[in-house]
Amino acid sequence: MTEFTPVSATVGGLMVGLSAGLLLLLRGRIAGISGIIGRALSQPLGDGGWRLAFLVGLPIGAAAVSLATGRLVVEVAASTPVLVAAGLLVGFGTQLGDGCTSGHGVCGIARGSKRAIAATLAFMTSGAITVFAVRHLLGASS
Amino acid sequence: MKLLAALLSGVLFGVGLAVSQMTNPAKVQAFLDVAGAWDPSLAFVMAAALVVSSISVVLARRRSQSLLGEPLQIPAAATIDLRLIAGATLFGVGWGLGGLCPGPALAALSTGVPEVWVFTASMLAGMLSYRWIFRVAPIRE
Repeated sequence: MTEFTPVSATVGGLMVGLSAGLLLLLRGRIAGISGIIGRALSQPLGDGGWRLAFLVGLPIGAAAVSLATGRLVVEVAASTPVLVAAGLLVGFGTQLGDGCTSGHGVCGIARGSKRAIAATLAFMTSGAITVFAVRHLLGASS
Repeated sequence: MKLLAALLSGVLFGVGLAVSQMTNPAKVQAFLDVAGAWDPSLAFVMAAALVVSSISVVLARRRSQSLLGEPLQIPAAATIDLRLIAGATLFGVGWGLGGLCPGPALAALSTGVPEVWVFTASMLAGMLSYRWIFRVAPIRE
C-alpha cells in the first residue's frame, strides 16, 4: 500500500513532460523509452549515439534525486521468477506494440495519436486485470 | 551540443520519474490496483506530463526542423492493428506483475536494488528475443 502523493506526482510529471518536449524541440525525437532502448540494442551508436546518451541520463537523474533527498524507495513485491517473466513480457510486448508508458502514454497521446490512445487503454486494462488477479484472486499480499 | 541535449533530456526524465516515485514498483502497482487501496498518483504524473508534452507538440508542429537543425521525426502510423493491441496487452501484464516499465526500470538501476537489475536484464532479453523472432521487423513508433 502506498500514500497518494498528488504534489510530487504532478511536479515529477511536469518534468517528464518537459524532458519529452526538450527532446522533441531540440532533437526532433520522440521520448519513447522502449523504442529508444530497442534501437540502441541493434545500433548503440546509430544517429550519433543520442539514444545511449539519453538512456544513461535516466539513472543519473534518479541518482541525483536520491542524493538530494537521501532516499529513493524501491519496493518490489514480485519473486525472482515472476520478475523474470515480467521483464520478458515488458521487453517483448513493447517491441511488438511499438511503445510503452512514455512513447504511447505520454508522447503519443500528446499528439492525439489514436494508436497511442488504444495502446494505453490496452496496457492499463491488462495491467489492472493482472494486479487484480495476483492480489485479489491469488491472494498475494502487499 | 546535440549529445548534451539528449543527455540532459534523459537526466530530466530520470529526475521526474524519481520525484514522482514512479521508480517504486509498489506505487505503480497501487495505481493498477483499482479494487484495492487505490493510489491515483500515476494518473497525476501522466496528466501533468501530457500537458507539457502537448504544448511541445504544438510548438514543434509550427517548425520545419528542430532547434538544433534536425528533421522532426514524428511518427505518422495511424492503423490500430492486432500487433499494437497484442503487444500493449502483453506489456501491461508484465507491467502489472513487476510494477516496472522501461523508463523507471533504467532509472531505478541507480539504486542498486538487485530485483531491478534482474527485471532489466530480462526486459532486454525480451526485446532481443523479439528482434530474433521477427528478424528485426521494421519498428514504426
